[in-house]
Amino acid sequence: MKVRILSVFVFLFFALTIFGCGNSDTKGKPDLVLWHWMTDREEAFLELAKRYEEETGIKVSFELYAPSDAYSQKVRASAQTGTLPDIYGLLAEKRDYAAFIKAGHITDLSDYMNGFIATNKDDYAKLIKKGFISDLTYDMEQKFKEWRRIFFKKALEVNIFPEGNQWGVKPGIYGVPIDVTNIQMLYNKDLFKEAGLDPEKPPKTWEEFIEAGRTLKAAGIPGLVSGWGEIWMIDCFASNYAMNIMGKDKVVATIKGKVPYTDPDWLKVFHLFKEMADEGILAPGIVAMVNKSAEQTFANNRAAFSFNGSWCVNVYRGMNPDLNYAAIPPPLVNKKNPMYIWGGAGASFLINEKSKAKEEAISFLKWLTYEPQQAFLSSKTNNLPANQKCLVDIPPILAQFADDMEITTHPSILPASEYSQVIEFFNKGIQSIIIGEKTPEEVAAKVQEVKERRMEWTKKREARKKQNN
Amino acid sequence: MKLKTDNNILLKDTLQNYLFVLPALILFATFYIYPVYKVFELSLFEYDGISPQKYFVGLGNFKDALGNSIWWHSMRNAGYITFLALTFQNALALLLALIVDRDIKGGRFYRIVFYLPPVLSGIVIGLIWNWIYDGNYGLLNHWLSALGLGKLARAWLADPKTALTCVGIIHMWRGFGWGFIILLAGLQNIPRELYEAARIDGANSRGIFTRVTVPLMIPVFVLVMILTVLGTMQIYDLIVATTGGGPGYHTEVPITRILAAMIGSSRFGYACSLGLIFGVVLLIVSMIQLKLSKLLKQT
Repeated sequence: MKVRILSVFVFLFFALTIFGCGNSDTKGKPDLVLWHWMTDREEAFLELAKRYEEETGIKVSFELYAPSDAYSQKVRASAQTGTLPDIYGLLAEKRDYAAFIKAGHITDLSDYMNGFIATNKDDYAKLIKKGFISDLTYDMEQKFKEWRRIFFKKALEVNIFPEGNQWGVKPGIYGVPIDVTNIQMLYNKDLFKEAGLDPEKPPKTWEEFIEAGRTLKAAGIPGLVSGWGEIWMIDCFASNYAMNIMGKDKVVATIKGKVPYTDPDWLKVFHLFKEMADEGILAPGIVAMVNKSAEQTFANNRAAFSFNGSWCVNVYRGMNPDLNYAAIPPPLVNKKNPMYIWGGAGASFLINEKSKAKEEAISFLKWLTYEPQQAFLSSKTNNLPANQKCLVDIPPILAQFADDMEITTHPSILPASEYSQVIEFFNKGIQSIIIGEKTPEEVAAKVQEVKERRMEWTKKREARKKQNN
Repeated sequence: MKLKTDNNILLKDTLQNYLFVLPALILFATFYIYPVYKVFELSLFEYDGISPQKYFVGLGNFKDALGNSIWWHSMRNAGYITFLALTFQNALALLLALIVDRDIKGGRFYRIVFYLPPVLSGIVIGLIWNWIYDGNYGLLNHWLSALGLGKLARAWLADPKTALTCVGIIHMWRGFGWGFIILLAGLQNIPRELYEAARIDGANSRGIFTRVTVPLMIPVFVLVMILTVLGTMQIYDLIVATTGGGPGYHTEVPITRILAAMIGSSRFGYACSLGLIFGVVLLIVSMIQLKLSKLLKQT
């Protein structure tokens, strides 16, 4: 008898443990679940979800998981357990993007983007009934037929896997950009004036930049500030200048292992950082600075230059609405080659291939990228819209970023991608150059050593795979 | 017949006892043994954490990890911060616990105040200390200049000579509070009669401390030391909020390396092997501490 009672207790204990945490209430269950990490856009997203529900009756739940590191871990863990939501963003390199596609976690949107698959008619009808279509300023049907046309070309590129891509992914478009971004050089006009520089004549060449830095230093004003404690920001700066100094093709050839990092052109790239450090142009502590601190420093008129992305417009507005600044492409070292700037899609949403509401998810993302929604998002968050027809009402400073969208590039759109370990050594090495711990030559040699080791490792791995097959 | 009945009762009794243990055993196996087994299994593969394919590499990941100088450098960094915590942090915690144990005025207030830093978020603490250490407008540089020591001013977290120690100081500031609470609880468990008896026997304060307090506090010291080692070696949030592991690799610690392998390079198998090596190192350190405490007790 006692054992029976005990068994019941044990059963109840497990039943409560396993099922007790679940919520059986399905009344308020959303039709679509979307995960993101963008704290600054949460309010605008919630408002858009409300509008979408009013227009279509479809309830979309935006679920915010921040900071971005925690979000990335959640997405990866959910991919492993098969619990990804209908729509989600992916903060990862193209290699991981490819792995997600191969594992069947991302829907190929090419046919939807190119207009080969008609939009869900029910949703279409609902939009018409709600008077939504009449609000649009360009031909709705055309847009439905060729969704991709509304986007900045550069915005879609990071989501495209071209024919013969190195990851072996079926060619297609796999993500929907909701905004675009690029990283440029910003300068503080008031501090320029204070140092005796012409605020309407920012430096266009590297020599002018160094000269301006010297003048600012003489006036006791710190020069360049950026979040170079987050190594990816160093990577942006270095890759911009690598492409300017040696051209895009040579950068790609380096990634493919055909040009060593000890090449004189790469040494020139490393030497730029040494020169800035030697000239005292870099703000103290830049190598340990997170971008948020760098933004605070620039917003509070404590540095004359900042290397930052277009998202900064919103950040600076919040920190110091009176900040008097402008954006320029990084000053040229080599006038023969163009200056490419890091940029493209800011955030993109992907559709879970295993989602039961795939069609609804696609319809929602289409809606999200139409002008009214894009204009609303842009006005609320001061980010550049992915829909190029929404640029009319953006603030002038944001327009300066938008003007340079055509010269953007991104590691994800290059035909080859560098090993993560090499990128890490490259950027950490630059930190060492800035603090005077290592010379550009030492860093270049170390990066090349890591590169060769990784190439050897890959070769062995491929051989092993062939053997196994 | 009686023997059979006795056996049945014994069997029933044994089963009943096992039934009591079963829930805990299942939970332990599910949440501890199985994950550790899975981590070990993954460490034998080359796996990106997403793709359905995994490639068996045997002990290749362990070989890579053991030969990785940056990994061992990160261990040394964590070891250095642990050394600071074991000595300065715990010495401060003990000193404060001894003072508060003397029933000083406002003792309860101090208990709350000293315990505040451990309950604050590491990220928040990191950001606050960033302002203190800031090379441009930091409070520390400001105070140094005010004291006429402006020559010492620097970007504390960006200077390879000072970055790790500065992070260690933040960690100690954050951690001394819980050491203080545990040590204070230990001190208050010592019967007051022992102190009175020692005094009657003519012992002075130093004698009472070395002959009464210290021997009786050894189990508490060991507990605090083990928790300090385990907690400090796994330092992560403060690093992220202050230096991100830089400049260069000067403040990298094992957890940042494991995450860099897992999230940065998508080498899950390799990251698992690093995690296992790290776990074994911590286990060995804890066992040595336990052994030492037993020896100390005997002496």
